[in-house]
Amino acid sequence: MRYFLTLFVLAVIGVVSALGFRGDKSRKPPRMAEIFPDLNIQPKLRPQTVTKFDGFADGASSRVYPVGTVAQKVGFLDNTTWEDTAINTGRDAKGFVDSNPVPVTSELLKRGQERFNIYCQPCHGAQGDSAGGIVKKLGATSVANLQDQRIVRMNDGEIFNTISYGKNTMMGYAGQVPVSDRWAIIVYVRALQLSRLGAKDDVPAPVLEKLK
Amino acid sequence: MSFIFPKWANTLPLKVAVGAFLVANAAGAGVWYYLTPKYTRVGYTPKQPIAFSHAIHSDQLGIDCRYCHSAVEKSWFSNIPASSTCMNCHSLVLKDDPKLALVRESFQTGRSIPWVQVHKVPDYVYFNHSVHVNRGISCVHCHGQINHMEEVQHAKPLSMGFCLDCHRAPEEKIRPVELVTQLDWKGAVNGKQLVHDWNVKPGQSCSTCHR
Repeated sequence: MRYFLTLFVLAVIGVVSALGFRGDKSRKPPRMAEIFPDLNIQPKLRPQTVTKFDGFADGASSRVYPVGTVAQKVGFLDNTTWEDTAINTGRDAKGFVDSNPVPVTSELLKRGQERFNIYCQPCHGAQGDSAGGIVKKLGATSVANLQDQRIVRMNDGEIFNTISYGKNTMMGYAGQVPVSDRWAIIVYVRALQLSRLGAKDDVPAPVLEKLK
Repeated sequence: MSFIFPKWANTLPLKVAVGAFLVANAAGAGVWYYLTPKYTRVGYTPKQPIAFSHAIHSDQLGIDCRYCHSAVEKSWFSNIPASSTCMNCHSLVLKDDPKLALVRESFQTGRSIPWVQVHKVPDYVYFNHSVHVNRGISCVHCHGQINHMEEVQHAKPLSMGFCLDCHRAPEEKIRPVELVTQLDWKGAVNGKQLVHDWNVKPGQSCSTCHR
């Protein structure tokens, strides 16, 4: 019995020291004993993984769009073409459109605020003046000040174009910010500008009364 | 006539019983402790090709999760950002840093960075990110405090029991949608009210997740 107990304790210590405890940091991928591994790992492609399929020369399971194509259900699609439809590209046959082709609502403004704070605020700052921009603090000095007169006077279509394709050191956000959100962000940028440029007379009297 | 059994045989049945009891319990405890995702998955910290720190980007710099994982609200799959997303900032910040050589190379050549996937449910599980984040289930509930991680570590078991715990009582986890990416948020909220208002009915039948 003594031998058995000694062996038993040694075996328990051996197993625990070999396998460790729950939550221990491990570099090796999780592994379970699998009776039917093809149920767990099926021969289908998951996004952003590697594939050996011959047709995909670069081995990426997620494919990029062929050059010059637009995916379905992107932007505002009716029977018009993509190019030179102001709502999708910010320009018409005459050039950049002056004002936002999307009807401005408070929902759109709220959406714009949320999206601005996700995608624009890191560089341009919460006020758009680039002062609070973390990236500027880290040395990116070329970030545009959205409160600048140049941007205030810039028409909406050109801002749309800049969000989509970038400008100077700013890269395009077409991949991260969908068309409808770009217009929402522009609405919010205009609101930010008004917050600095607005005069006392712009505020309706009853609201002004409350602010006092 | 001598005895058929020696004297020590008197205690043999008891010894066998105690031994069998110990072995059976140890085996049971071992299976319970080691053969579940709480052990097999939690703690998994693969070495990534680039030492990307969520603690710096998310916690220190305050960048929203969705800046990089931009598809999480629209897709069942929460995307790893394209290297062009990294270059949005890193074409200006740390633009010649050797640690980011792989990002620049990927951006120029179009070859993917070989990130190692940390969280993965089996292929017979159909988990949808968008339906969770759009109904007030935060990243933190499944991924842990990833905003404080220098290296991404598998923090929760993501086992079937783990999913069902929340599907049976969503009011304990649900929070206002605008706080979903605020991983440090610890406020109180009337979960029952939100579950009612948003008509949240998390399924518990097999086909909810297994299709």
